[in-house]
Amino acid sequence: MWAYFTRRLFIAIPTLWVVITVAFFLMRLAPGGPFDQEAPLPPEIMANLKAAYGLDQPLWWQYVNYLGNLLQGDFGPSFKYKDFSVTELIGQGFPVSIQNGAAALFLAVLVGIPLGAMAALKQNSGADHAAMTVAMTGIVIPNFVVGPLLALIFGIWLRETMFALPVAGWNNGALPNRILPVICLALPFIAYIARITRASLIETLRTNYVRTARAKGLPFRMVVLRHAFKSAMIPVVTYLGPATVFLLTGSMVIETIFGLPGIGRYFVQGALNRDYTLVMGVTILAASLVILLNLFVDLAYAWLDPKVRYE
Amino acid sequence: MTSVLEIENLSVSFTTPDGDVEAVTDVSLSVGAGECLGLVGESGSGKSQTFMAAMGLLAENGTASGHIRLDGIDLLSADEKKLNTVRGDRIAMIFQDPMTSLTPHMKVGRQLAEVIIEHQGVDKETGRRRALDMLDRVHIPEAERRLDMYPHELSGGLRQRVMIAMALMCEPEVIIADEPTTALDVTVQAQILDLLMEVKVNLGAAIVLITHDLGVIAGLADRVAVMYAGRIVEQGSVADTFASPVHPYTQGLLACTPRLDVETEALETISGQPPNLQSLPTGCSFHPRCPHVFERCQAERPLLERTPSGQSKACFFNAAEAAE
Amino acid sequence: MSDAHMSEGRSGANLSVPNADALDKAADVEGRSLWQDAFRRLQTNRAAMVSAIVLIVMAFVCFVGPVLVPWSYEEIDWDILEAAPPNFDTGHYLGTDSLGRDLLARILQGGQVSFLVGILATSVALVVGVTVGATAGFMGGRVDQILMRFVDVMYAVPLMFFIIILMVVFGRNFYLMFLAIGFVEWLTMSRIVRGQTLTLKNKEFIEAARASGGSTAGIIARHIIPNVLGVVIVYVTLTIPQVILLESFLSFLGLGVQPPMTSWGALIAEGAQEMEITPRTLILPAVCLSTTLFCFNFLGDGLRDALDPKDR
Repeated sequence: MWAYFTRRLFIAIPTLWVVITVAFFLMRLAPGGPFDQEAPLPPEIMANLKAAYGLDQPLWWQYVNYLGNLLQGDFGPSFKYKDFSVTELIGQGFPVSIQNGAAALFLAVLVGIPLGAMAALKQNSGADHAAMTVAMTGIVIPNFVVGPLLALIFGIWLRETMFALPVAGWNNGALPNRILPVICLALPFIAYIARITRASLIETLRTNYVRTARAKGLPFRMVVLRHAFKSAMIPVVTYLGPATVFLLTGSMVIETIFGLPGIGRYFVQGALNRDYTLVMGVTILAASLVILLNLFVDLAYAWLDPKVRYE
Repeated sequence: MTSVLEIENLSVSFTTPDGDVEAVTDVSLSVGAGECLGLVGESGSGKSQTFMAAMGLLAENGTASGHIRLDGIDLLSADEKKLNTVRGDRIAMIFQDPMTSLTPHMKVGRQLAEVIIEHQGVDKETGRRRALDMLDRVHIPEAERRLDMYPHELSGGLRQRVMIAMALMCEPEVIIADEPTTALDVTVQAQILDLLMEVKVNLGAAIVLITHDLGVIAGLADRVAVMYAGRIVEQGSVADTFASPVHPYTQGLLACTPRLDVETEALETISGQPPNLQSLPTGCSFHPRCPHVFERCQAERPLLERTPSGQSKACFFNAAEAAE
Repeated sequence: MSDAHMSEGRSGANLSVPNADALDKAADVEGRSLWQDAFRRLQTNRAAMVSAIVLIVMAFVCFVGPVLVPWSYEEIDWDILEAAPPNFDTGHYLGTDSLGRDLLARILQGGQVSFLVGILATSVALVVGVTVGATAGFMGGRVDQILMRFVDVMYAVPLMFFIIILMVVFGRNFYLMFLAIGFVEWLTMSRIVRGQTLTLKNKEFIEAARASGGSTAGIIARHIIPNVLGVVIVYVTLTIPQVILLESFLSFLGLGVQPPMTSWGALIAEGAQEMEITPRTLILPAVCLSTTLFCFNFLGDGLRDALDPKDR
């Protein structure tokens, strides 16, 4: 078990290092600099700026410095938000994004698993087909379509009714301001999780051990919950790894649409403004998150499937 | 002898995208307490589906008609709830593949105990103790330790013993063993057969042994029924059937089983392919492969009838007449 | 009489050689009818067939339509200069956007971008994925290990961020976007192809073909390619909508195609700004994009059902 976990950890660390290195050199490869403006700056100011950000140092030295600072949790100064360090920006944005992401994931699991399980248990019924059509719609129609449409419906068409919801701003995390972004972020996950749960539960219900459990005379409810469900959850748990990536890209979209001050929007703004350190910082954070969550997924695996523990 | 399990005119059919398939046709069988009935046939002959129907375990696209009675309770017409009070308690099944028939994420002890907890309402502690007793009874060494193991930690033979223990938990009146030794090594097969023999002698239960291996039947069963293409083609005592099989298919089966007591130069095979259930031959389903086929076999289906020797067969061919 | 039948039975038992021959022929017939069979199955799948027709019509309209529309996508109607409702007299059949550009022309142009991205980026993914997957599968051993470890590492990286970094670093170049998207989507393709090649390599019929003296090229052409092709076609059909989605996502964020060129994603972003006044500018491109994605997914699912031997 621990050997398994440490082996995973040993893959994770080099992966993160590769991500950091590639991001760093790609950014430094960029033609022009972060201070290129419409009107070029006088050379001496440019030189001062570069010196201030350490860009006059040799490339390898910048790299070593950056790595050293990273280890201390310092992502360097933002090139565009002059008074902030990237660490500060991330510190502001990350809680917003993580709260939305966690809420969306929670909602997705809470709705998606029962929906998929219901569809599986009533396979090929009208309810099954309806649930799966809705799921297909949730997968196919992207966030950035659903978001504005929800905003249009709840922010404009229903403006005068009790269903009106704020469509922009964070308002210090007031509940109504979170509803639309979280739903919008959760919809594709609900759809994916429902589909995966359905397929996996149907397959599990056909296994020999479920047949054995039924032959024992256990009530069907118990057969499903005790014998089928845990195995059926393995693909769902596996999906939660890649889901983090979707969550991160999804946060770019919903934070842009709904004007939320999260890291997704910082990243997009940073990309549009060529704020290299900010973009790099968010990328590294995102990669660490994904890698960390994959580790958790591996742990959950071991819990769900005893065979894994001994491999 | 009074029969515990009685199957009457059972037919099982499956709806598939390419039309309905009848896997079992008009099968009638019975087993008495302390008796072991062997059911032989090729794969696809319907031998397993007959008893899957009895357990209410047919696949979703399958339907059964006829009657299957366990001590007067009609299992076919019983609803899921009623069925659950019977299966596992009074009728139990041992499955073919012990590798995949145990729930992988549950400890063996819990899987055993839940049977008796469900049917006799005992507490967990008692359930565990009874599971331990049962593991001892099926001769699993270090039973105490095995209780807390997951199925994948046990060998195939041990897992099949666990399966048998599971079937025995409530001391059922009927035990159905579906190819209990097929997936096991030869040496382990013999041990499992010994165990089944022991169960038969000690428990006095009715045992149905489903297999394609005639050797298994010879060692264990009292009576034998031979199935071909969803029908019973021959039935009789093991002694009579093995000494003088009356149906050409049984004769063929016996001819292709290696025997120690009879010297043979080469093993026979039955010519042709197993029948396609979707397009069965007219008349007797066996006629395209039958060495004794004549006109009537292609036109008319033979019914299962008693022979003078006390056996039953579904065949028009009469060796005595032919010899004249 | 019985003797005669017996001997017939015996001779039947020893027909192993002609039997195998007959089986071989049967397998041949089976092989040819596999595609016909798949096509027949696809035809009975109404959702997939309708999707295919809708997609063909949409692609046709997007590429041929602009010739018939009186306005080009970048032309500003100086008489309007605002989002105007549909008007047949001025030739703005779907109205104009906030700058007075013809909405229909812009939607058609956006459609061209989507279909082009779908085809070009998927081709990149196809070429890279099949090459890597087939190499790993055939060569096996160390090559396989290194390639697949690399794919594993790439999977664990949020590649979307790297596409965006690439777009930032090298400017928002149209063709770079195709390449970048393609280079992300090849991962799954390579895994699928590798898996298929591996299982096929060890399949009995390949061994049989080899044992009976088939040349490597012949085996690849007659046995491996036809068997991998089905899966690849299905996966390509399912990759196209993902690629279209990625492009729209980038354009929505302002990191994809650059003005005056447009794409459905960019139009949705513009429409979202204007939705309070003209919901049409949001809804129309949204419907186009969603319909396309829907149809590709239905078609892909239909193809999978038709070609996947597992479901038979």
